[in-house]
Amino acid sequence: MVKNNIVETGTDHTSSSEYKSVVKNLNFYYGDFQALKAIDMVLHEKQVTALIGPSGCGKSTFLRCFNRMHDLYPGNRYEGSIILYPDNENILSPDIDPIEVRMRISMVFQKPNPFPKSIYENVAYGLKVRGVRQRAMLDEKVEDALRNAALWDEVKDRLNDLAFNLSGGQQQRLCIARALATDPEILLFDEPTSALDPIATASIEELIADLKTKVTILIVTHNMQQAARVSDYTAYMYLGQLIEFDFTDTIFIKPKNKQTEDYITGRFG
Amino acid sequence: MYSKNARGASERKSNTHNKLGNLRYSYKRHIKEKLIEMLLLLAAFFSVLITFAIIYMLVKESIVFFQQVSVWEFLTSTQWTPLFDDAHYGILPLVSGTVVSSAVALLVALPLGTIIAIYLSEFASFTVREIAKPFLELLGGIPTIVYGYFALLFVTPLLQMIFPNLPGFSLLSAGLVMGIMIIPYVSSMTEDAMRSVPMHLREGSYAMGATRLQTAIKVVMPAAFSGIAAAYILGISRAVGETMVVAIAAGMQPNLTWNPMEQAATITAYIVQVSLGDLPHGSIGYQTIFAAGLTLLLITLIFNILGHLLRKRYREMY
Amino acid sequence: MNDAKKLERLRVIIARHKRWDLIFLIAGILALMIALLTFMALFIQMVIDGAPRLSWEFFTSFPSRRAESAGILSAWVGTTLVMLVTAVSAVPLGIAAGVYLEEYAPKNFFTELIEINVTNLAGVPSIIYGLLALGLFVYQLGLGQSILAAGLTLALLILPIVIVATREAIRSIPIAIREGSYALGATKWETVADHLLPYSAPGILTGVIIGLARAIGETAPIITIGALTFIAFLPASPIKSEFPFISFEWLSAPFTVMPIQMFNWVSRPEEEFQFNAAAAGLILVVMTLTMNALAIYLRYRMRQKIKW
Repeated sequence: MVKNNIVETGTDHTSSSEYKSVVKNLNFYYGDFQALKAIDMVLHEKQVTALIGPSGCGKSTFLRCFNRMHDLYPGNRYEGSIILYPDNENILSPDIDPIEVRMRISMVFQKPNPFPKSIYENVAYGLKVRGVRQRAMLDEKVEDALRNAALWDEVKDRLNDLAFNLSGGQQQRLCIARALATDPEILLFDEPTSALDPIATASIEELIADLKTKVTILIVTHNMQQAARVSDYTAYMYLGQLIEFDFTDTIFIKPKNKQTEDYITGRFG
Repeated sequence: MYSKNARGASERKSNTHNKLGNLRYSYKRHIKEKLIEMLLLLAAFFSVLITFAIIYMLVKESIVFFQQVSVWEFLTSTQWTPLFDDAHYGILPLVSGTVVSSAVALLVALPLGTIIAIYLSEFASFTVREIAKPFLELLGGIPTIVYGYFALLFVTPLLQMIFPNLPGFSLLSAGLVMGIMIIPYVSSMTEDAMRSVPMHLREGSYAMGATRLQTAIKVVMPAAFSGIAAAYILGISRAVGETMVVAIAAGMQPNLTWNPMEQAATITAYIVQVSLGDLPHGSIGYQTIFAAGLTLLLITLIFNILGHLLRKRYREMY
Repeated sequence: MNDAKKLERLRVIIARHKRWDLIFLIAGILALMIALLTFMALFIQMVIDGAPRLSWEFFTSFPSRRAESAGILSAWVGTTLVMLVTAVSAVPLGIAAGVYLEEYAPKNFFTELIEINVTNLAGVPSIIYGLLALGLFVYQLGLGQSILAAGLTLALLILPIVIVATREAIRSIPIAIREGSYALGATKWETVADHLLPYSAPGILTGVIIGLARAIGETAPIITIGALTFIAFLPASPIKSEFPFISFEWLSAPFTVMPIQMFNWVSRPEEEFQFNAAAAGLILVVMTLTMNALAIYLRYRMRQKIKW
């Protein structure tokens, strides 16, 4: 299988520099229920990787392993490893602090979840959590992040407005700015457009395409067209297993696996 | 054939008859339904009547009172001695007692109640929460007279070991116990407000690398602001209206003071003191307690309305 | 190298944040402990002072000028009778009002007024109810300082609790149950009486018990209506040997209740009476705790059993 080939090269340390992260034999359990089964995959540096599959296939669960969100709830358990490069460290290891992982790997959620604060405070939140206090530095970082999230022009005159007053699409871009402000190494997107209208969706997709020059992106989407549009690599998951992982073009044009083909062509799922 | 038809006709007839009967029956049913609705409405309306009755009673007796005592004297005189020969009717000494005892109580209840709420809502495991919440509820159910006994016979002697000059009755002792007594109200309402903040907001904060404390203080508490404010206001309103603890442990002498180490009567304690005596119905002494009660009602009413508005706002937010 | 330095700094910051997290965790546990320890102190103090006074005679004796022979007979009989009046008047009224507000009330200004009013009543200090009762029941209606006046006063006090509990219990019943009943041709009242009330009974009962537990301990309003504190006789028995076998004479009898008796003893200067107060307080606390615990248990059972 192709995915094995990729992972094999991934474990080869001489060429690992092109990988941002390598997932090896990842199992995940919600209590007794095994939600992820022996997943092997890689994230290519400064590329967009999409996770697709029918709902309940474990793609969001997989995504949330990358920033250890599962640690927030009791009874969750990881096995295997997600190696982060260039540190070459397993971020699932119990001696790694989930807070440090989350500071280095940002996440954008399914539903826009701005904090009940001003636009400025929302973007500055991550920096303040890191102990940044100097006003000038905060101002600069906030502006950069809002520009990168293509929101600056719309909000520059009302940075002190409550974030709830923004439209849904603007709120989601604000959440992206919030995630970008801290210069993350990987940006995780959990179905970022599922709560948005088509126009807002298009602007978010455009943004994701722009962002890959700066950061490695992993995106979960329920929308295959979206995966085809924004991603360089695509992984198809089903029932907690990774069925196929390859270049997006390969997955969508000539998938090697019958199940993937059925899903892509709409015969299933 | 014929007879069969006839039977058919009579069946049809009896069918229509039944239908008519049903119609008549449902008309009766309609009357009955309306009658029941009226009765239920009356029951609901009764609660409004109670409010009117309270206001009517307090205002009626207060009017008689204010015909003999000017509002100016009531609000500005610094002595409250309605039962003496040299009678003064200044509410200030009672208000100061109420304010000081409530302030002491709130200095205990608000910080501790908030810390407990944050702990239970953001830190504690499911099991701890499930045990601690009913336990706090039980604490809130203990009769206030028992807390009064505890303040007078346990807390005051304990405080006297630390402050040898503390008198047998003091606002400090009553206020401290009242504060402990109010903790469950503050903590349970604050915790409810915090738990009603949706999980995705917390996840947003945790995903930025925030700790539990940072998430609680910077995200959850601002989001639950109006609910927490409502909890505080209810706590204030309870402290102001609390009677037995202060009547037993803070003394019954009106005393214009801002020092918690002294003894002083509160508005509520004064009402108790007068009620314990045998004042004739219609005397000015009898009317003073209604004037004092009206003052108390107005103070708590302001807080209650404020709390209601805030609670409504936070319900609408999510 | 720069990256490694940055990471190093990040780790220092995280460590500092985690320290604060830990400090707060300890503060939270301490705050809980303060509440717990206060309760322990309160309970132990009362047991030490009061337990020696608990004897059969304590329950079967009238109050007395001599502390060691005083008892709570008239107080617990009075409490029982007052609670009877309170329950009989507050429960039907509260349930009816709750049903109206939840099932019947149209969304208009008037309903809003009633709702604000109920919330407000719940926040009115209990002593204000005492003043209302003093003016209305004792003098205007001429009920005097009777069991009836006291029972009605406490009924007004717990009415908001019963109303709110009824509403919450009914609200938690899913709309599908109502639709199922209407689809079978039931009227609104039939739906309420046959389905909503029976299904919400445990929730309402929980509220009623919490309300009565509150009423049992209420002292201030009873003092305000001028209830005597020294009662060395029992009210007339509600059961008669001749026709019509029941009598309502007891309703107009003077009385005392447990918290009043305790207050009376607490305010005595002699130390022996404090022991009596502790004993009475112990009984009062055990009674209210038992009732509240029962309510909490009922609610817990309900959550376990019914999952709509």
